[in-house]
Amino acid sequence: MGRRDAPLPEAVDLAIIGGGVMGLATAYELSKRAPERRICVIEGSYLVSGASGRNGGGVRSQWGDAGNVAIMRESLAICRGLAQTLNINLWFRRGGYLFLARSDASAARLARNIAVHRSVGAPTEQLTAREAKELVPELDVSNVRAATFNSEDGVVFPWPFVWGYASEASARGVAIRTHTRVTGLGEARHAGHDGYDLTLHTGESLWARRVLNATGAWSPVLNEMLGIDLPNRPHRHEIISTEPLKPFLDPLVVDLDSGLYFSQSTRGEIVTGVTMHDVPGGEDDRVNLGTSLEFLERMAANLTAVLPLARALHPVRQWSGPYDISPTATPSSVALLDTPTSSRCVASRVMDS
Amino acid sequence: MTTRTFICRCEDVTVKDCDAAIEAGFETIEEIKRFTGMGTGPCQGRECMVPLCTLLQERGVEGSDALAPFTARPPAAQISLGALADGARESTAIPTPTSSPEGEDS
Repeated sequence: MGRRDAPLPEAVDLAIIGGGVMGLATAYELSKRAPERRICVIEGSYLVSGASGRNGGGVRSQWGDAGNVAIMRESLAICRGLAQTLNINLWFRRGGYLFLARSDASAARLARNIAVHRSVGAPTEQLTAREAKELVPELDVSNVRAATFNSEDGVVFPWPFVWGYASEASARGVAIRTHTRVTGLGEARHAGHDGYDLTLHTGESLWARRVLNATGAWSPVLNEMLGIDLPNRPHRHEIISTEPLKPFLDPLVVDLDSGLYFSQSTRGEIVTGVTMHDVPGGEDDRVNLGTSLEFLERMAANLTAVLPLARALHPVRQWSGPYDISPTATPSSVALLDTPTSSRCVASRVMDS
Repeated sequence: MTTRTFICRCEDVTVKDCDAAIEAGFETIEEIKRFTGMGTGPCQGRECMVPLCTLLQERGVEGSDALAPFTARPPAAQISLGALADGARESTAIPTPTSSPEGEDS
């Protein structure tokens, strides 16, 4: 399912650059729809080396935009059968998502969102602080003014998604080449068709009728080779996981006012992060995968305020991953789990072109 | 080592599991970590990295980056979230409210 020595054809119908969940899922969806097309995926490092392998695995339909809610609900529906379809263990655990509001502004935001959710049929419930504490007795809800809960939301372990799509795409004849960087990309004709020449760092080259840039937060580098300037930029998010605890926490909890979120993985670890808009060292428009003490301290202060028992916990590791952010500050891909739906949309577009 | 020997005792990853990863095409420590979960437990690779290196050499895995250790993650020493939270109160202003990626409502 992806090798550094996987043979690449000299010419393909579609070259997908980027072996993350989006590139691999699109390869899989397209290979199902059009088995006759020659498809390859070229990954500069190893599979899951990018954002697909660096996230918290949250899956929720609780968004403020009806379009996002609909995409995520479809993804959640696809996920129900995905373990069987892809022959993987997703570690999919539907403990729900619990949003907490500790200010009037956040409470108003939750009220707006719940109206949007109901308009598209998502079963989000409005809760009082006391009801939130009944769901998670370990919470300190003394400042909580309102809460919402959707029992359909949940968490997954993100890596198996990538293995599953890679393995099924590979079984359908998609060539998946890892540890190979694309160093040159330019328009070129071949056998009477317009297309692109790709030069690889290994000295190899191939021609592709279509190229899909699936490198997410890394995509500006490739776009520059074609003179394409899109306004998406990487935004670094840090995250930690702690030593494992006996399972006690069902929902993923989001504290809207501090930007804190935490959940318990199926392995028992608390996986938690807090948004830093002022990313330390985050001015660069290239991906930076560093970690900071500022994050660790801010996360710890916010987490222990909402979940006092966490004071005794030790972080086991801290890492970071990039969001691919548009000028409206919306992650271009809202989460890992819109992929089952969005990869189908992309595959359909490629089919039609 | 037999196929049932544990390479990673935190996450119960055996020689057999690592062999399956090599068979699937994963031939660097970074990849084998992600495919098997080795090195992601409390010891963070301190115990299992060397046995895995030995195994890869025995299996004849080549390549300049194959035996490179996976990225070391902070914190280097154990520190409780309580101590970090107290440090935050002493060293920086009270955390500024921000919105969350998880809470992004668009």
